[in-house]
Amino acid sequence: MTELYTLSIHEAGELLRQRKISSVELTQAHLDRIRAVEPKVKAFTLVTDDLAMQQAREADQRLASGENLHPLTGIPIAIKDLICTKNITTTAGSRMLENFKPPYDAAVMVRLHAAGIVMVGKTNMDEFAMGSSTEHSAFFPTRNPWDLERTPGGSSGGSAAAVAAGMAMGSYGSDTGGSIRQPGSLCNVVGLKPTYGRISRFGLIAFGSSLDQIGPFARNARDTAILLQAIAGHDPRDATSSPQPVQDYSTALTGTIKGLRIGVPEEYWVEGTQPAVVTVVRQAIEHLREMGAEISPVSLPHTKYGVAAYYIIAPAEASVNLARYDGVKYGYSYRDTSEMWEAMEKTREFGFGAEVKRRIMLGTYALSAGYYDAYYIRAQKIRALIAQDFEKAFERFDILVSPACPTVAFKLGEISDPYQMYLQDVFTIPANLAGICGVSIPGGFSDGLPIGLQLLGNIFREDRILCAADAFEQATDYHKQWPGNL
Amino acid sequence: MIDRETVQNVARLARLGLSEEEIETFKNQLSGILGHIQILQEADVSGVSPIAHTSRLTNITREDISQPSYPPEVLLANAPDQEDNCLKVNAVLEEA
Repeated sequence: MTELYTLSIHEAGELLRQRKISSVELTQAHLDRIRAVEPKVKAFTLVTDDLAMQQAREADQRLASGENLHPLTGIPIAIKDLICTKNITTTAGSRMLENFKPPYDAAVMVRLHAAGIVMVGKTNMDEFAMGSSTEHSAFFPTRNPWDLERTPGGSSGGSAAAVAAGMAMGSYGSDTGGSIRQPGSLCNVVGLKPTYGRISRFGLIAFGSSLDQIGPFARNARDTAILLQAIAGHDPRDATSSPQPVQDYSTALTGTIKGLRIGVPEEYWVEGTQPAVVTVVRQAIEHLREMGAEISPVSLPHTKYGVAAYYIIAPAEASVNLARYDGVKYGYSYRDTSEMWEAMEKTREFGFGAEVKRRIMLGTYALSAGYYDAYYIRAQKIRALIAQDFEKAFERFDILVSPACPTVAFKLGEISDPYQMYLQDVFTIPANLAGICGVSIPGGFSDGLPIGLQLLGNIFREDRILCAADAFEQATDYHKQWPGNL
Repeated sequence: MIDRETVQNVARLARLGLSEEEIETFKNQLSGILGHIQILQEADVSGVSPIAHTSRLTNITREDISQPSYPPEVLLANAPDQEDNCLKVNAVLEEA
């Protein structure tokens, strides 16, 4: 018999609605799977088993009544620990928020609870979403289910690993410079960063507010469409959320990409990309051509400035957003002094980890008098040029395709130089700067390690990248592979 | 490129306490990172207007109507210290 944890969301949803399985059974199967493999993977900062079983029983009542059903009713889902969950510890991977219990649910949680999901736990991440490996979690690193010596990527590494290992049927993460797509690539799951403004950021602990978006992980494009649909749409509590109507993502999956105009950015084949990644992605592009897509090269001339511009803008925004952690209102607080400034400085010294401090320093420097024009304003001008590159490209192309990440999963501890770690996001950062959508999908393997293919779409064209992702899956079986040695 | 004094100055602006070891590490690492970021100076940005966001929205307004909020005890539940439904902090203004 098929193990329940290996089902897709759309398969399990059918079985639930036909009452062939119950959400309690499905949830129990995932909690059993967590018990079996979580000690090795360590994807979760918190497993919410009691809550999950209670939500599963509620979902079963709803399924029995046949009323008010949603494709996610009764489906076990994991949530990145950057997304506020009412009365449930939300750490952001930081000592600063180790015991923080939000008084409210994030906007996406309100929608997901209304849909009737079963939340199995909160997932591990790089502290405040700053990192590409989960090694910057204040608690422990998560391991890649495909090779436990390697990282799952980050910052949403726990969310990617949980889905790859069958501990959740889908999950949510957040992507500021690649934090969904890069771990998706390294863990062989689909990871989608929506267009800026498509998803409410209300209740997402802020990192870089002009860049952050919440998005889903799943083991196939159809499930990703369901997970995206559930959270997409306008929210008056986030002034940057868009009133643009939401498409029906599932009906966009036509299975064909005949005549789809696909651009291959010439600047995305940079030195430092592993040869295996180049080979696999080139093969995947040939595959898309054989499936009927029209493939042509396209130039995005300002790509080479992307990482540098991002490492001014994102730390600048982070340095402002993280000013709120002062030890006064909530979170870790240094108490062994009666001097106000000393208390604040020590709170931040002991509450934040090395990468967070590095970015606060970088951002504060870039915003400080004398450097503001040379760094921050200049980076914002380059951001405009990068956005214009994409605008021009999407006049001629429906989607763009590239590697999602320059490497396969690397070993824990392998990358110690901060800037080398930043280069993990060289192919994903431009989409955040431009606000467009992108998805990483399983594109092949090298020596048993997954390689992701990145599909980029114009603003609010999640339908197109999901359609292409789904069509590619129907012609390949990479997404059906499971990590063998768990 | 970044000296010790700059690190200490920036840390003070950010109200970020740093150990002696961190000051030394950040001096080297921030110099290294800013070295890579120098590539920004090569780009031709003449005539380009800077953008702060890509939401394509401007001036989102709403009616100024009071909304239900939270009782103080809920909002204070995570407070490190409190007294009489207020946050308790170190003295900000010392007596003369």
